Amino acid sequence: MTQGTVTTDWSGLPALFRRMTGDEKHEWAATSTLPALWTLYDKVLDVSPDRVDDPDRDRFLLSKGHGPMAFYAVLAAKGFLDPSTLDDWTEFGSPLGQHPDRVLVPGAEIGSGSLGHGLALGVGQALGLRAQGRTRPRVFVLVGDGELDEGSNHEAIALAGRLGLDRLTVVAIDNGSASHGWPGGMATRFAVEGWDTVSVDGRDQEALYRAFTEEHPGRPRAVVAVIRSEGVE
Amino acid sequence: MTAADFQGKTALALKATDVTMREAFVETVSAAMDTDPRIAVVTADISAGNFGAARARHPSRVINVGIREQAMIGVAGGLALTGLRPVAHSYTPFLIERPFEQIKLDLGHQDAGAVLVSIGGSYDDPVWGRTHQAPGDVALIDTLPGWTIHVPGHQDEVRELLTAALATDDCVYLRLSTRRNARAYPTGAGFTTVRSGSRGVVVAVGPTLDAVLAATSTVDVTVLYAATVRPFDHAGLRAAVGANPNVVLVEPYLQGTSAHEVATALADTPHRLLALGVRRDSEVRAYGTAEQHDVVHGLDPAGLAESIARFMR
Repeated sequence: MTQGTVTTDWSGLPALFRRMTGDEKHEWAATSTLPALWTLYDKVLDVSPDRVDDPDRDRFLLSKGHGPMAFYAVLAAKGFLDPSTLDDWTEFGSPLGQHPDRVLVPGAEIGSGSLGHGLALGVGQALGLRAQGRTRPRVFVLVGDGELDEGSNHEAIALAGRLGLDRLTVVAIDNGSASHGWPGGMATRFAVEGWDTVSVDGRDQEALYRAFTEEHPGRPRAVVAVIRSEGVE
Repeated sequence: MTAADFQGKTALALKATDVTMREAFVETVSAAMDTDPRIAVVTADISAGNFGAARARHPSRVINVGIREQAMIGVAGGLALTGLRPVAHSYTPFLIERPFEQIKLDLGHQDAGAVLVSIGGSYDDPVWGRTHQAPGDVALIDTLPGWTIHVPGHQDEVRELLTAALATDDCVYLRLSTRRNARAYPTGAGFTTVRSGSRGVVVAVGPTLDAVLAATSTVDVTVLYAATVRPFDHAGLRAAVGANPNVVLVEPYLQGTSAHEVATALADTPHRLLALGVRRDSEVRAYGTAEQHDVVHGLDPAGLAESIARFMR
């Protein structure tokens, strides 16, 4: 853990959210990705604002790109973004849009928004790091259960499983948003391709932390974070 | 369809015993990998076997993803984001058309570069039918900013263009074909003047040059050769046109793909343009040989001669 300047903790996230949404209620608490994002940036990822180009940093790829308020709030809480940039987000000239652009957002590893691109990019990053002998960095890719509909994910899932990319972890947020569902659960789609899989309560930060930090030698890991009914983004 | 299928067919389609563009590509990249640790190759089964020797020497930098073209481009983008120089390769429609959004987003939008190398041209092997033809490839890449597009007409040009492309971080599309000219021309910046004349300018792109030279052997025109079409040599064309603003553009892919570039080059002068290439008005539902398809599109020497004579009269 080599975090940079921590400006805010978990209790400060609602205020950061409000700077974007104006929401006085609890929209932030219903955001399905927030517990996973916070756990990663607060306790798991080896990243910091002064090392955004360090080749040995961990990578976090927000594949689905939708509902990026949680991502921006966490980046602001961890010092990647000045909180004032949240105030005029999505306006012309702001670096922050409804989908993140890695060229504009410090700490964003990919630009995303079109579903189904992040996982293959993450596989490429894991392969690129391995080819350069950088065995320490880990690559995390967050996908949604609706996003998993995109066939491109299944190309990447099969490939990562066969290649045994054990520095790769997928965070699969399952909030029941896929139109036709995933009978048997999302984890089965990864397991059949040789992934190590675990399903946890997506709001249980202790469980998420364990799932993100347990070893999975020789295999990529899929952490299915199940979010039930409190709300979706 | 396997790599072996293509290997056999491509070999049959070649008449001469000399090195094909694809062989020059494999040799050049494989040799460059020995000295440049940044270079990585990503294939989707097609030509994977051709990189066997390179893979034996550099197992972590030669990646065959199976028949997964979206993953191939996504992986190339990820490799580039870690500082490597990826080369992705397949048959034209599977490299450019099928994963086009990955090319747009996983490379360009990420500010990640790659060298995309296609084989098959527009219709190198028409026996495979429409599924294996991609005359719209250059036009598609042309919708994206920042791409360099090479259309070599000879295997020696492939070596030079590829070597230069591997040394950059740019987005580069290298379009290989079994069609080629009898000799190579310089590949540096700008068009090459192959012949000088007074009645107009014919721009021959890549493997169309020999047919253009045959078609214009008795016509008093300047012939420019272009192995690189993006960036387009506006100044070179403008200078060649001079006071005779009759321009014929001959491209081995979709007709008129570079017409807007000619318009830009000649914006300051009244001019006429005849754009020749693969016809847009109908799908050619025929098999046979590439030479027979040239006739359909008017890209054979006789067809070109007729079109150019009518335009220059």
